[in-house]
Parts: sequence; structure tokens; C-alpha cells
Amino acid sequence: MSWANLLRAAVCGLMLALVLRPEWFEPMFAPFAPEGAAIIYDRASLLSLSLSHLVIVAAASVAAVFVALLLAILVTRPSGKAFLPLSRTIANMGQTFPPVAVLALAVPMLGFGSGPTLVALFLYGILPIFENTMTGLSTLPPATMEAARGIGLSRRQRLFQVELPLALPLILTGIRLSVVIAIGTATIGSTVAARTLGEVIIAGLLTNNTAYVLQGGLIVGLFAVLIYDALTQLETFFQKRLGLAH
Amino acid sequence: MIEIDNITKIYEGRPAVDAVSMTIESATITAIVGTSGSGKSTLLRMINRLVEPTSGEVRINGEPTTGMAKNALRRRIGYAIQGHGLFPHHTVARNIGAVPRLLGWDKAKIQDRVDELLDLFSMPPEEFRSRYPAELSGGQQQRVGVARALASRPDLLLMDEPFGALDPIIRTRAQADLHRIQRTLGSTILLVTHDMEEAIQLGDQVAVMDQGRLVQHGTPAEIISNPATDFVAEMVGGVDRPLRLLSLLPISDILEDGAAEGEPIDEKTNLREALSACLWSGRDSVPVERNGALIGHVTLKAIRSRAEGSHELG
Repeated sequence: MSWANLLRAAVCGLMLALVLRPEWFEPMFAPFAPEGAAIIYDRASLLSLSLSHLVIVAAASVAAVFVALLLAILVTRPSGKAFLPLSRTIANMGQTFPPVAVLALAVPMLGFGSGPTLVALFLYGILPIFENTMTGLSTLPPATMEAARGIGLSRRQRLFQVELPLALPLILTGIRLSVVIAIGTATIGSTVAARTLGEVIIAGLLTNNTAYVLQGGLIVGLFAVLIYDALTQLETFFQKRLGLAH
Repeated sequence: MIEIDNITKIYEGRPAVDAVSMTIESATITAIVGTSGSGKSTLLRMINRLVEPTSGEVRINGEPTTGMAKNALRRRIGYAIQGHGLFPHHTVARNIGAVPRLLGWDKAKIQDRVDELLDLFSMPPEEFRSRYPAELSGGQQQRVGVARALASRPDLLLMDEPFGALDPIIRTRAQADLHRIQRTLGSTILLVTHDMEEAIQLGDQVAVMDQGRLVQHGTPAEIISNPATDFVAEMVGGVDRPLRLLSLLPISDILEDGAAEGEPIDEKTNLREALSACLWSGRDSVPVERNGALIGHVTLKAIRSRAEGSHELG
């Protein structure tokens, strides 16, 4: 096993231990908890909070990937070129709204719970994927595209057999950025009662219990690192397949 | 037979291709030569309708191309371009099998065809079949590009500067390979190049284009000995003309009985190589062999007379 894989296994183990056996870490967090207060968060199981956190991130990301890919494909077709500036503006607007503002605006419409968080994460996730897919689809090797047209592939065949596969590494980079941002941003959802690991952090902030803040923050951080790493490996795999890296 | 009938393409009010007509016989190579901007690539791209002509039409075996669906037309015509344009995410086998797959051939038939073509291009199938284009040399990539264009036994093969990205030594080999393969398969090839040398070596017919017009169309010997315009004369290169002409003439033209001194040359070479052999070794005549056996000799005097007499050809 290489050093990189050893490190990966160690980080993964640490994450699982923090989620499944938080009591093991009591001595480590004890110095950060106020006198007499609980050291390990016990108002809900960390496992169920983690799963709910990941499900919200996954749901928002899947929707963002779908919409961003569709938009990017449409605006890179000859007939969609006119919509390029408009769709860019919309995607950028999603990004300029602070997530807290989206939450505040969405609560009156969607009520407390996961709804507003899903909307905020979805809007936030679109831009990186859209920008990267668009770059990927508009910087394809010209000789390959000319040949694809010249040997008689239809538009649809060119899109699915040549353009998307060749843009895949860039698309994956966009998805990676988007998912990692969402993992962090999801914590804010707990201010409007979404069940995420933000609950642990917010409880810690409200009661001056740094142990809680550390506990919640560490788990979220490790999720981000592990998912970032997994998606990077996936990108490298596809890049190799495309002969872009060896 | 491919007929190009009075075809014109106008870009922003200016003709890029101006009323060009020509006929391409089956199982021949026609080389279109011209400088950049002469309209030669546009002419080629109008044949498989990557560019739609403003007026005029192209007929393949009598059938107008405008009557066919674009993609169906393109699948009937091979297309090989500069820089090969292979699909980097597909293996060599999948690249070569691209058009047969589009045409719905069954798997076994595609695989047989891929192996047949790899053999033809001297690339052992078991070694190259499952490689990716990035793992090949420039010359191998180019061969796979041409193999892909030939895979479905097309009526016509269009080649746009196919050897443009290759270095000179590999380029010469690629040209020889193409010539051999064209003779083996009897393909009809229309090839665009800016290199007159290439056109003369490969073309059964050479068409010279200048500013969108077809200025001359004939055999290489006609183009060299009777250039129709100053532009064509410039393209065939004044001082090299006798040498280029000699390179088209086979040894058998002036073969005489009898022996001569020194290293023999092969009967399959041309008069330019015979001249070169005379000059290099300071001989007045060189022996000629066929399959290793001497069959006669050629003299420097005879070579000279053919080069001088060249203006009467054509």
C-alpha cells in the first residue's frame, strides 16, 4: 500500500470513529468544554445527522449537476448561442446571493426544515459546474470535431460519443468544487432547522461549548477532504483514459 | 466516377471557389494543389457537404449529393485530415471501426475489417488494436486516421493535407504507403495539398487552383511540361522542372541492351534516380537489374535527351 493510500485509510478511519464512536474522543475535547457541560454532543446521534447532511448535499448536487449540464449543453449548441450571456447572468446571480440571504428569503415560502437549504445549495452549486462544462464543450480539439462531423456522426452522436466524454474531466472538476462548497455551506442550513452537522456547531456557539464546535467542524472538514480526494481520483482516471495524462 | 459541376461558394460577396468543374475517374488519385486561400479545402469540403455550395452540384456515380441526407452522404465518403483527428478516448480499433459501426455492421465483421486494415498499414493488430491514440507515434496516428477513412470501403476518399503534420522522412513513407494501398484497394482518392512535389508523386491527375479557380487539370507530365499559366509554372518550380519530369519517367523508357560498369539500379526506380546514380559515381551509364538479375543499362546521354525533350511532351 502506498503512502497516499495509507493516509487515505487513516483519514477515513478517523472520520468513522468521530461519527460512530464519539465517546472515544472525550479526553481530547474535554479541555474545550465549559465546566460541568457535556463534552460530546448527545442531543441527536451524530450518525443520523451526518447521513442527513450528506443526503441534503447529494440531493442538491444531483439537481445542480442536471440543470447546469443541461444549460451548458444548450448554450453551446449553435441554436442556443444567443442564450449564453443570459444563462451566465443567471448562474452568476445564484452565486452572488449569500446563502444566508437565500435561506431567509426561502423560509417564508418553504417553511422551516430542509427545503430552504436544498434551494440555497442547489443555486450555489450550479455555477462551477455550468462554467466548467461550458469551457469543456467549447475547447474541444478542432481536428477531432472536424473528423467527427466529416465521417458522418449526427449532432446527438457527436454530443454523447465525443463532446461529453472529452469534456468529462473538466465537468468532474466543476462537480468537485460544487460538492465541496455544498458540504461546508450545508451547515448554515441548521439555522433554519435543517438536520445537518451544522446543528452541532450552532449548539456549540450558542452555549459557548468549543468542544461541540470542534466536533461538528472536524467531521464536516473530513467529509470535504475525503470527497474532494475521491473525485480528484476519478478525474485522474478519466484523464488517463483520454490520453491527457500519463 | 465523381463529377464536380460548375460549383461555386461565395463568402461575404467574394467567391472562395469560382465555377469549378472537373471529373474524377474511379480508382485514381487526383491531387488538388494550390497556395493557402486558393479555395482547395473549400472545394474538398463541398463534396461531403461540410460546406454547402452556393451553386452547382456534385454527382457521385451520377447521383447528386444534394439528394442525400448529409450524414448518410458523409458515411459513404472517407475523410482524412491534417492532424488525424482521431478520437482520443477510443482505442485504435474503435477509431477505425467508427464508420462501420455507424452503418450498423455486425461486430465480427467490424473486427475483421479493423484487423485487415491494420495489417495493410503494417501495424500488427494484436499489438495496436487496443491502444489509445496518445500511445502512438505521429506516423502511426496518421495511418490510423487513413485506415478509419477507408474502413467502410467508401466510394471516395477525401484527404485534406493528410501528411501536413508529419516530418519529412515519415511523410515520404506515408506517401509511398498511400500509393501502394490505393493500388491494392483500387480506391478513388481526392487529395488536397500545398506541396507540388507531393501532388506529382501521388497524383494520377493534378488539379491546380489559384484564387478560387481551377487553372489547370491534367497528368503530372502535362502540368510540368505545359504549365497553363505563370502561376502554375511557378508552382512546378522553374529550375527543378526537368528533374521533376524525369522522376515521372520509368527506366524502361530508355533501357538499352548491354552491360555497364558499377553498382546497378533497380528497374522499378525512375530516371531521376538513374541520373542521380550517374552523377554521384561519375559514370556515363549504369546497369539495370530486375529481381537481382542484370537486364541492360541506361546511358546519361539518353537521360539527358529525355529531359531536354520534355517540352515536347504533353
